Amino acid sequence: MDTIKHAEATPDLPQPYAELGLKDDEYDRIRGILGRRPTSSELAMYSVMWSEHCSYKSSKVHLRQFGEKTPPQAADILLVGIGENAGVVDVGHGLAVTFKIESHNHPSYVEPYQGAATGVGGIVRDILTMGARPVAVMDPLRFGPADADDTRRVLPGVVAGIGGYGNCLGLPTIGGEVVFDETYLGNPLVNALCVGVLPHDRLQTAHASGEGNLVILFGAKTGGDGIGGVSVLASETFAEGGPSKRPSVQVGDPFAEKVLIEACQELFERQLVTGIQDLGGAGISCATSELASNGDGGMHVWLDRVPLRDSTLAPEEILMSESQERMCAVVEPARLTAFLGVCEKWDVEATVIGEVTDGTRLTIDWHGERIVDVPPRTVAHDGPVYERPLARPVGQDALQADEPTAERLPRPQTPMQLRATLLAMVASPNLAGKGWVTDQYDRYVLGNTVLAQPEDSGVVRIDEASGLGVAVATDGNARHVALDPYLGAQLALAEAYRNVATTGAAPLAVTNCLNFGSPEDPSVMWQFAEAVRGLADGCQTLGVPVTGGNVSFYNQTGDVAILPTPVIGVLGVIDDVARRTPMAWGDEGDVIVLLGDTRDELGGSEWARLQGHLGGRPPRVDLEQERQLAQVLVAGSRDGVLTAAHDVSMGGLAQTLVEMALASGRGARIDLPGTASAFVALFSESSGRVVATVRPSDEARFARACAGHGVSLTRLGVVGSGVDASLGFTGQFDVPLADLRQAHEATFPSLFD
Amino acid sequence: MARVVVDVMLKPEILDPQGQAVQGALARLGVAGVASVRQGKRFEIELEGEIDHQALDHIAATLLANTVIEDYAVHVAGA
Amino acid sequence: MTARIGVVTFPGSLDDRDAQRAVRVAGAEAVALWHGDADLRDVDAVVLPGGFSYGDYLRCGAIARFAPIMNEIIAAAGRGLPVLGICNGFQILCESHLLPGALIRNDVRRFVCRDQWLRIENARTAWTSQYDDGQEILVPLKNGEGGYVADDDTLDRLEGEGRVVARYLHDNPNGSYRDIAGITNEAGNVVGLMPHPEHAVESLTGPTTDGVGFFTSILADLVEA
Repeated sequence: MDTIKHAEATPDLPQPYAELGLKDDEYDRIRGILGRRPTSSELAMYSVMWSEHCSYKSSKVHLRQFGEKTPPQAADILLVGIGENAGVVDVGHGLAVTFKIESHNHPSYVEPYQGAATGVGGIVRDILTMGARPVAVMDPLRFGPADADDTRRVLPGVVAGIGGYGNCLGLPTIGGEVVFDETYLGNPLVNALCVGVLPHDRLQTAHASGEGNLVILFGAKTGGDGIGGVSVLASETFAEGGPSKRPSVQVGDPFAEKVLIEACQELFERQLVTGIQDLGGAGISCATSELASNGDGGMHVWLDRVPLRDSTLAPEEILMSESQERMCAVVEPARLTAFLGVCEKWDVEATVIGEVTDGTRLTIDWHGERIVDVPPRTVAHDGPVYERPLARPVGQDALQADEPTAERLPRPQTPMQLRATLLAMVASPNLAGKGWVTDQYDRYVLGNTVLAQPEDSGVVRIDEASGLGVAVATDGNARHVALDPYLGAQLALAEAYRNVATTGAAPLAVTNCLNFGSPEDPSVMWQFAEAVRGLADGCQTLGVPVTGGNVSFYNQTGDVAILPTPVIGVLGVIDDVARRTPMAWGDEGDVIVLLGDTRDELGGSEWARLQGHLGGRPPRVDLEQERQLAQVLVAGSRDGVLTAAHDVSMGGLAQTLVEMALASGRGARIDLPGTASAFVALFSESSGRVVATVRPSDEARFARACAGHGVSLTRLGVVGSGVDASLGFTGQFDVPLADLRQAHEATFPSLFD
Repeated sequence: MARVVVDVMLKPEILDPQGQAVQGALARLGVAGVASVRQGKRFEIELEGEIDHQALDHIAATLLANTVIEDYAVHVAGA
Repeated sequence: MTARIGVVTFPGSLDDRDAQRAVRVAGAEAVALWHGDADLRDVDAVVLPGGFSYGDYLRCGAIARFAPIMNEIIAAAGRGLPVLGICNGFQILCESHLLPGALIRNDVRRFVCRDQWLRIENARTAWTSQYDDGQEILVPLKNGEGGYVADDDTLDRLEGEGRVVARYLHDNPNGSYRDIAGITNEAGNVVGLMPHPEHAVESLTGPTTDGVGFFTSILADLVEA
């Protein structure tokens, strides 16, 4: 047993710190902090808490910008900002909303079902920890090519895992993405977002204070999940009759989390908790060190009191275990009986494992022997901070110069060619109908889902009396980011912001999941730095603060990093969900208009990708114009002027029109904007554009509103009938809706059934 | 300690989509000659003291198996 | 006097609050019932809601059916108390033998959430009197273990006695034998239904309001009683 005493007695014992991911200077720093060598338990704690995943050591210096550049609006709406488990924003009526997005990429490649399932479980617990009731989830997913064997291994498992876990928790899945690109072959991205609601006075924080207060571990028993490399520390006990494998994948039990959610709601309602933290990465080490570090005293833990699923686990393994569905609460002794009563009602195991002490240390005993004695701040918050070298990639100029001009990449010209291109694109995996995936998710549970995929944003009602609701959208076009990380990140932000406004909600706050390659690669680090800078500047200009998020590095195979993929989530508020704007066209005769300007901007577009091309500049981004456009959309929704709206993004105007027509079952005759070629009009991905429908009697009024905000408006046509419906482009071609539907809906079943 | 194993299988006439899925997967893995696959459940129960066969049968019939759609078999494991 | 409809919450129940909302939309008082209490609190009817009680461990509804409240419900149903089991509730009713047959894994082996057309084939039960015989309704369906199975004798008897309450239309989403979406017991007071009428009571959040009929039927039934 490597106790403190033993560590003091054997200062020169070699320790496998390098195998645990610590550098020489980091190991020396730990020795300096403690004034001796660390015990194996302490070494385990530092190694995991100082890992990239837990400490954000490569990203911290860049992420600071979100705080430094926080827009003035933040002060009015932020109840909790960056740094806590999730950000919390005020939405009025005494209610607050908390939301966050996280990644679970590598585990989902290893074990798709459980990786995705535990990803959902983890983000839901982060939201729960803030004192909220989780009310919705969204899943931005990115896979390798749709017809790759490995995609057929990973995708069905991931989708089943998300559904299996989220459905069983009783959380509606209201949106997400499914994107295919060869860059993700071998490195799928599984990001999960959760939204929760709480009355202001129920806000919880992760801090341990009040000498004598009890530290209670509750939820599932602790087993060997996710221990992975830490087992190297336990090698001497390994041989003695333990299970033959220490799994590196966590296995989730959604029922355990469901009862945990219900138990927590009662604990919050009855104010039985003074601090609470969920156990995610680095399990007990993280929860105890963070609670202690955030608090105003110290903490003592009796590790042998932790309920175990596997009695052969060594203390180092218990500290590192990532067993799911566990929480850690700080409770006043007077409230202990009530706390345990709530847990018993829901059949949730709860054990006092420690107490808040005076002093400043986190101490942990194992059967009466001290094995950990550390200053918690040094574990949880004062980890290493790296200033990684950045270098603009040598090939970046050439990449940007390689514009997909008509000379470089032959474009379809004739009506027949354009028609064939449209049908091919509508059927391509990135643009095809995603029902095969989304029908595996429950969208109805809780009875408050007003809009769900494939609508522009997911909208849930959060207050039945007033109709108050929130809208959430996620976007992240990695190809744009690869061409120009600064602008690409702003484009992603603009798209999510626009998607929220399109449904009639006023954008309020931002979360982000930054999926990149290795931070040890200066090109990747440059992409990261630029993307963060673009995002921070963009949020400042748009007036929407970043409230929290997640960084996932090391998404690469060998030396080849994924395309930089910052996924941006925007949350908005809608005063009355009954006024939301859906994407299905309004009645026959409603006028179809295009808001915003179309330019020849195919750089990073889906059309170019289908020709095997990535090059040029991404579309221009005009954040002030996006702000004006959003105001028009929100006002139009509130005033009941818009009968439908849908944003223009991947696939261009053609895709937007097809999706609106199919959703409504009605066709239209479209006059393409005359300023550009038909090809550009149909497939360019210029930003800041939305297609909307208005009643003929409201057309003039709406046009005036747009003009007042400097938003250009182009009349495209009128909504046609649902009988023998077809989508036609004047002077070009017609396609029957039935053919479009066939193309749009056949792809996923043919790939994955 | 006495060890009892209860095997529970869907009745032959009940559709078994999971068994069919396994059969399909075997074919895709290139395994030939598999006529059918049925998927069931196995319960391993350790009992303190003597085995009461009637009680075991009751447990199997009322809880471990849904006799509307499942058959069960109780085996006492070797000492 | 307002009718009082109990909605049971088991550990893992998910659509209990939605069922309570549907009861209120219909004009009755929703009474929350706890699985662990052998106390029906004098309600006039009971709804067993959808969800994953006990995580669907062992079999869907297999553990919930032994809950203390279920003993009360089984006895009361025998005395004529109207009981509606939705989705997981239907599974619990079958496991309790209040209804014949069983529910197994969807034949497509995937969870299916979609808006489903049904035909109401028995508008004489306590829960369907506000519908017309043969009426077609659109309500959400969402389950992974929704395949209704029973032996041929049972199926023939159900058909022969008019005890099929609802049938899937257009296409069968889960492999249920004879496209059966819902059935009733001999007395017509216990009904099990796979799809979710409680999610079709508000046009804002559901595909239609076709589901309200289940809840207004029980009110009408109680008024007459």
